[in-house]
Amino acid sequence: MDFLTLIQVLDSTVRLATPLLLACLAGLFSERAGIFDIGLEGKMLVAAMFSAAIAYTSGSVWLGLLAGIASSMLLSGLHGLASITFRGNQLISGVAINFLAAGMTVLVAQSWFGQGGRTPSLFGGARFEPITLPFADSIEPVPFIGPIYSELLSGHSILVYVALFCVPATWWILYRTRFGLRLRAVGENPAAVDTAGISVIGLRYAAVCICGVLCGIAGAYLSTALQAGFVKDMTAGRGFIALAALIFAKWRPWYALAACMLFGFLQALALRPDLIEGLIGIPVQVQLLDALPYVLTVVILAGFVGKAIPPRAGGEPYVKER
Amino acid sequence: MTLMRALLGAAAATAMTASTAMADPAIVFDLGGKFDKSFNEAAFGGATRWAEETGGKFREIEMQSEAQREQALRRLAESGSNPVVMTGFAFGNVLSEVAPDYPDTSFVIIDMVVDQPNVRSVVFNEHEGSFLVGMMAAMASESGTVGFIGGMDIPLIRKFACGYAQGVKSVNPDATIIANMTGTTPAAWNDPVKGSELTKAQIGQGADVVYAAAGGTGVGVLQTAADENILSIGVDSNQNYLHPGQVLTSMLKRVDNAVYNAFTDGPGLETGFRVMGLSNGGVGYALDEFNAELVSAEMQAAVDEASGKIASGDMMVHDYTSDDSCPALTF
Repeated sequence: MDFLTLIQVLDSTVRLATPLLLACLAGLFSERAGIFDIGLEGKMLVAAMFSAAIAYTSGSVWLGLLAGIASSMLLSGLHGLASITFRGNQLISGVAINFLAAGMTVLVAQSWFGQGGRTPSLFGGARFEPITLPFADSIEPVPFIGPIYSELLSGHSILVYVALFCVPATWWILYRTRFGLRLRAVGENPAAVDTAGISVIGLRYAAVCICGVLCGIAGAYLSTALQAGFVKDMTAGRGFIALAALIFAKWRPWYALAACMLFGFLQALALRPDLIEGLIGIPVQVQLLDALPYVLTVVILAGFVGKAIPPRAGGEPYVKER
Repeated sequence: MTLMRALLGAAAATAMTASTAMADPAIVFDLGGKFDKSFNEAAFGGATRWAEETGGKFREIEMQSEAQREQALRRLAESGSNPVVMTGFAFGNVLSEVAPDYPDTSFVIIDMVVDQPNVRSVVFNEHEGSFLVGMMAAMASESGTVGFIGGMDIPLIRKFACGYAQGVKSVNPDATIIANMTGTTPAAWNDPVKGSELTKAQIGQGADVVYAAAGGTGVGVLQTAADENILSIGVDSNQNYLHPGQVLTSMLKRVDNAVYNAFTDGPGLETGFRVMGLSNGGVGYALDEFNAELVSAEMQAAVDEASGKIASGDMMVHDYTSDDSCPALTF
């Protein structure tokens, strides 16, 4: 594998890892606060649909992004209502959200545009265009660093940089702010937080809201940056891979970045079976690479490599003692 | 139980046919959906054409999940729809169970062979049409490398790939063909993001014409090809209009004709095995105002000559499904 090919694969890795990373961080906020969320997939799907639809009708991708975030937050609110206020089962609520999203997106898009549950193709200002970082063209001829900067780092849509920025931001919020400390505490021992006079319900709703925002960006990235429109079920299981990455990262932001990049890299490598064959000399089934994220997650869960311990109060609705 | 069901079904069917003077035909669309811009949409086009020409009405159902197949077929048969047309290989197993229960209803299945007395099985020689677009791809390519992106990895899609590869090799024996499949589950028909990345990966390997036989995933392939300024080839329906001037051509699979014929033949249509190929207008390539500039006279002449030879039987295109192997491509 020569250097330029490696850059291409890594470039693809960044594009494929971005939606995973955003969804993974979304899940991280929610689960750190004790709300399991398997509805990441559904929220991304709804956001993908609404951002593409609004971007098409308004001609502005930014309005589309806002609409995507709003729709995703609406579903988040629903999840919060079911699992925080009404103390329902969080897994069931998440599954319901996934089904709701899968059906609703196609239904709304169909009645809106009449194109069989897809949105019309976006063009011009209704799409996120790739951004060329400053000096990308002038640095390009420089060996080694040039291609890395101009091909790998430059030329992505702005949402990619937003996603990467979210990693340190998440770390800072969780570990360096009062809000973050309380958020983590509410996922470990909500009774203690309550005793300190802080609202458990309020904190959990806040976490679920942040989760909705991040899922919204992830969905908008799929339909308005990577693609030029919504196609039914276009998330294709990325929400679940993000969940796997979250477990793989053991609910920590920097590790989430690494896990998503690893999973993205495996997906990117699966696109180039010729490279793997060239590297190790025997053809490898693409399906093996596609399955690796799940296999790795199971290995981690089974405790072969360290131990993945979820937030202790995760999945349990908080009931004040009387 | 089966007998009981059969009796009840037959009784219901008779009751319905008695009440409706003339049975309306019905069509069942597969999971890709009625407006997939491709296979199912072609079927819908054929049904609509029949309705417009005859003034008749037809019933339709779109599948939303695997579990609905049997239910949908039984409901249509019991409500007196005749003939019942279904699009897609995935109906094969279900139909071979349902068809014997409704002997008076005629079924038509497209893309699959079901051996029952009241079933017409329509299959297409996709390899012949793919051969033609493969020739065009090789002639349009400047790099000598062309790509193929399939949807779900099933023999039918390999048949497309194999015909395409043979067409490419017939023009340029030294050409490189990069073939990728999107996945192994039905989700592979609706993953445009992966389609885009596969296209970019193929461009990275030097491909400058990409043929997508991947349902909704193909939307991503064509989009990326247009964004990156290379040529793409659409499939099933005419997709040239999606990106004018950037889609070289589309491999037409005249599913619309198959549906139209079935509807026209009406109840009690001639059953059995039907092959639609180049010789009877079942497959072909699309030429319209959107790609006129891309297709040179020389290209068209060569393709039309090959088309004539294949139709008359002077030239054979290997069918992947006949022996599960391809002389021009390894999977």
